[in-house]
Amino acid sequence: MKRIYVNEKWCLGCHLCEYYCAFANSGQDDMAKALKDVVIHPRIRIEEQDNISFAVNCRHCEEPLCVKGCISGALSVQDGLILIDPDKCVSCYTCVLSCPYGAIMPSEAGAIQKCELCTKNGRGQPACVEGCPNMAIVFEER
Amino acid sequence: MAINYIFPEYEVVRAEKRCISCRVCERQCANEVHHLNLAENRMEADESKCVNCHRCVSLCPTRALKIVRTDNTFKHNANWTGEIIADIFRQAATGGVLLSSMGNPQPLPVYWDRLLINASQVTNPSIDPLREPMETKTFLGKKPYALARDKSGRLLNNLEPQLELDVPVMFSAMSYGSISYNAHESLARAACALGVYYNTGEGGLHEDFYQYGAHTIVQVASGRFGVYKRYLDAGAAIEIKMGQGAKPGIGGHLPGTKIVGDISRTRMIPEGSDAISPAPHHDIYSIEDLRQLVYSLKEATEYKKPVIVKIAAVHNVAAIASGIARSGADIIAIDGFRGGTGAAPTRIRDNVGIPIELALASVDERLRREGIRNNVSVVIGGSVRNSADIVKALALGADAVYIGTSALIALGCHLCRTCHAGKCNWGIATQRAELVKRLNPDIGFERLVRLVSAWKHEIMEMMGGMGINSIEALKGNRLMLRGVGLNEKELEILGVKHAGE
Repeated sequence: MKRIYVNEKWCLGCHLCEYYCAFANSGQDDMAKALKDVVIHPRIRIEEQDNISFAVNCRHCEEPLCVKGCISGALSVQDGLILIDPDKCVSCYTCVLSCPYGAIMPSEAGAIQKCELCTKNGRGQPACVEGCPNMAIVFEER
Repeated sequence: MAINYIFPEYEVVRAEKRCISCRVCERQCANEVHHLNLAENRMEADESKCVNCHRCVSLCPTRALKIVRTDNTFKHNANWTGEIIADIFRQAATGGVLLSSMGNPQPLPVYWDRLLINASQVTNPSIDPLREPMETKTFLGKKPYALARDKSGRLLNNLEPQLELDVPVMFSAMSYGSISYNAHESLARAACALGVYYNTGEGGLHEDFYQYGAHTIVQVASGRFGVYKRYLDAGAAIEIKMGQGAKPGIGGHLPGTKIVGDISRTRMIPEGSDAISPAPHHDIYSIEDLRQLVYSLKEATEYKKPVIVKIAAVHNVAAIASGIARSGADIIAIDGFRGGTGAAPTRIRDNVGIPIELALASVDERLRREGIRNNVSVVIGGSVRNSADIVKALALGADAVYIGTSALIALGCHLCRTCHAGKCNWGIATQRAELVKRLNPDIGFERLVRLVSAWKHEIMEMMGGMGINSIEALKGNRLMLRGVGLNEKELEILGVKHAGE
């Protein structure tokens, strides 16, 4: 399965991936209108210290602790992709606690949110990968 | 200083409606122009630090930014222009030589733009390169004047060592030090992929790049930095740098602060010591001396590699080239006055040297007249901007061209001409690790390959239009050129007729 991989060596810490993620999942068609004066809650986050930075989002683990721990069946694995059904989510945040990467977070809408590789927002390609200026985030089979 | 004589040259214009305060401009500007006003969640700019490199403009996700020239003006004066006044203010404040980077930006004539290319109509057929064979391969080096045969009449191979180019384009000399590791890697890998050559410049060859040796020209300059047996053996050809178009007659100086780590190792000088390239080679004061160095290098590499001698285009360039053609060199590289540099005194860059078009035409003519044109190949550089410039250069008599500035632009350079500050936001002309990483060679090398491949297509289209199907048939074919808006003397030197003739 194609996954998002991060080349820390080329990450510039520009945070553009976060903004492209927030825009892609905003449901709007104009980035300026979608994000102007908005505090963003992207599903990908830059971790950084000193001159080291890299993006972190859902790894789509082969044995996902989040899915194992989900008490309501909201998280499921479909063709290797870990998806969230917000209607089933009861916001117990077990997945938030169990994800070793910190890649799942509470959503503004009430449930939890996580990277679903832009499969549900009509983009096809992950927006963070398309928007990365230095190929520090890639979407490929390994 | 209480009086600020210099008004910022540029203004940062931010479309407030589009700005989402994502701070990418702030994070990407090594000159610290942008900052976030936290209280108002609004981006602000200190335009006095802006060098107009467009890094922020290019990365802004909502296209909220543009840079414009200030309209603050001195009283209009065609003689004492704003630039001239500001330069005097600068020197009155510092007492120093003005420094600049990249090529001569002055509005001096660009002869490429005064030359027009021919095409076939009716009486001779043009060629469609998509349907018919078209050869862009060319070889650089001495060409034999006669066939040689052994006693039984079999042909002997009397060909001197040659460089084989799939396209008549090479990446010109840019040292590791003046440009970054990643820029070098991009050039090296692109040269391999394109079947051409890149040039180490005078900074030596980084250990990691020996693997690209078959597509590397190693340079020997007046400072002799990084030159040793393995270095000479590593390259496909050796270039002796006598001069550079951007700064003919002077040497170079890479400050000790930049001689750190890998650069110190590659240049083979102690960390922190200034890398000073003398203006002349101290062992070359005549063509005879040059000949000694040419043959020393050939001897050291067992006569297996062509030797290039690179000179700047100066007033008596034809006579100098004639001497070089007799010195044993295989290739002459001539660098015009618009050639780029990582740092040069402004007055020298803007006022010394001559246009490459005129230099090339007079060198080719002189070598032909003296019957020694086949002693050497001629490579020219110094602002070859597109495929049409290449076609015109070949028709004027060049065997191939060097591109430097065009290659850097392909890598992201926006010609802000501030290389000497060492804070290149595009990761090209800098050694700061956090800036160097901005140029991912996986992206850089592909952009170079695409640029030269595109030019190759265009060269084939233009050659086809002329009814010419090989680079060899275009070389020195000045009948394929016409001048427009040139005076008789210029046409005479260029050896072309005026349009309509």
